Amino acid sequence: MKPRSRIFPYSLITPAMVITILIIFIPMFRTLTYSLTNYILWKPAERGFAGLENYRKAFTDPIFLLSLKNTVIWIVVIITGQFLLGLGTALLLNRDFIGRGVARSLILIPWVTPSVITALMWRWMYDGNQGVINEILVRMGILDVYFPFLANSHTALWAIMFALLWQGFPFFAIMILAGLQSIPNELYEASEVDGAGRRIKFFRITLPMLKPVILTTILLRTIWVANSLDIIFIMTGGGPGYSTHTLPVYSYIRAYKGFDFGYSSAIAVLLTIFLIAFVAVYIRSILKDGES
Amino acid sequence: MTKSTSRVLRVFSTYLPVLLIVLFAMSPYIWTFLSSITPETDLYTREFHFVPEHPTINNYVRLFTKIHFARNIIDSIFVAVATAIFGLTITVPASYSFSRFRFRGRKMMLMQFLGINMFPIMLLIIPLFIIMKNLHLMDTHLALIISYSTMAIPFSVWMLTSFFNSIPTELDQAAMIDGCSGMQVMLRVTIPIAMPGIISTGIYIFITAWNEFLYAAILTSSQVRTIPVALQNMIGEYQIEWGLLTAGGIVSALPVIVLFFFIQRHLISGMTAGAVKG
Repeated sequence: MKPRSRIFPYSLITPAMVITILIIFIPMFRTLTYSLTNYILWKPAERGFAGLENYRKAFTDPIFLLSLKNTVIWIVVIITGQFLLGLGTALLLNRDFIGRGVARSLILIPWVTPSVITALMWRWMYDGNQGVINEILVRMGILDVYFPFLANSHTALWAIMFALLWQGFPFFAIMILAGLQSIPNELYEASEVDGAGRRIKFFRITLPMLKPVILTTILLRTIWVANSLDIIFIMTGGGPGYSTHTLPVYSYIRAYKGFDFGYSSAIAVLLTIFLIAFVAVYIRSILKDGES
Repeated sequence: MTKSTSRVLRVFSTYLPVLLIVLFAMSPYIWTFLSSITPETDLYTREFHFVPEHPTINNYVRLFTKIHFARNIIDSIFVAVATAIFGLTITVPASYSFSRFRFRGRKMMLMQFLGINMFPIMLLIIPLFIIMKNLHLMDTHLALIISYSTMAIPFSVWMLTSFFNSIPTELDQAAMIDGCSGMQVMLRVTIPIAMPGIISTGIYIFITAWNEFLYAAILTSSQVRTIPVALQNMIGEYQIEWGLLTAGGIVSALPVIVLFFFIQRHLISGMTAGAVKG
């Protein structure tokens, strides 16, 4: 539509723009400058320009490298898990059965659950003394005695990832379900005429038709999962040891336990760079794929 | 295949897996609720009970008498309502503009608003903390309202633009011919039609503000304390009182779930419209 005045469309955007600049872009720019300074709150005398020192430090810091590794595991495992469970759920919900509407609503509940509540519910269920998960596993004979899932450095990260799988799979399910419902029935009917079986229909029609939805959802979720830190923070605080440190958690802990604003900022900037790089490569490969 | 075997097959291939997934989605709530109606002392006995032997509402009573949970609820409601109103005030006009007009820089600005989500919270929070401190806004409702409204921009713009897109432009044009100004068309024609979508978006903003923890943990302390921070403080104490905490969890999750059921249909159609079209 053609507006009568050229400034009208811009004036409607101005309020959102102003607040974005104030709350997002100015702080972002300042974080960038902090990351180039030596800025430890309780050492004001040492504050000053440090060049790339904080970044150099990061790549020789074993905790940073461990956090980076954990971040990659965190993203890959959670996104894969959420996608597979979400796809399965969507395929089921796409069938005709009694109570479908109710089932769909109930399955969405984890997705609206506040992170703090998710964290405390799962922390309570994993509890090493009174946890219901332990009780069930012992009764089933899988465990002999109660196991402190969150207090063991080999299992803590996996336990939290499972909680996040629970919280996030409905989002995949609902997006994929919408995608399934937009596939025209004629495609299936035509393939049946050609004698295609269920398997062929799934791999030749369903999956290719779902591709755009799946790709968009993976992108949205990856960004969200990469940045999520409150669940980890509340469930383990990054421990035991450094076993559940991811980059956002490490950045947070450097800032609010160590008051090392310079180094914390550098970690946050690095995380952002990694994310932007991932998104750029991801989108480019989608576009390339679309051309061929 | 006979009719009865196909029915049995259906139970195993559809109803059973659906039931399992629903159970998986609900079980943390079921367990949290059962714990919340168990007397605190019974939670730590050697003997394990899946269903409490002496159900009680004592934990809920203590929640409101022993700690100031009512005050936390009021803080949370105030912040979430104000965020929803303020958030809509800035995103409705912007989304309308993105949906109705084609202008220079439109695509870039749209991408920029949607891209906000990409930035880790840690990239913003230290300077935001310092800015709020300098403006003497630390520990105020306003600090949270401003931050949350900004955080809500990407999702609101995504949703609202798709709602506005689904309203045909013929009405706008008719109103224009009748002599309405651009502003009048938006306020009197398009916004009233889009109201269900706008309200759903507002409720969604309310939910995200109600749920938010990290900004609240950093930008507020004693004067303002929203529910997530209050619950986290209870975990931080020397001995965690799980009876109290699970009761608090149920009380704070319940309104969100109820509200969500009201907006579900709109929310999903708005959310998926953008992605399905690709």
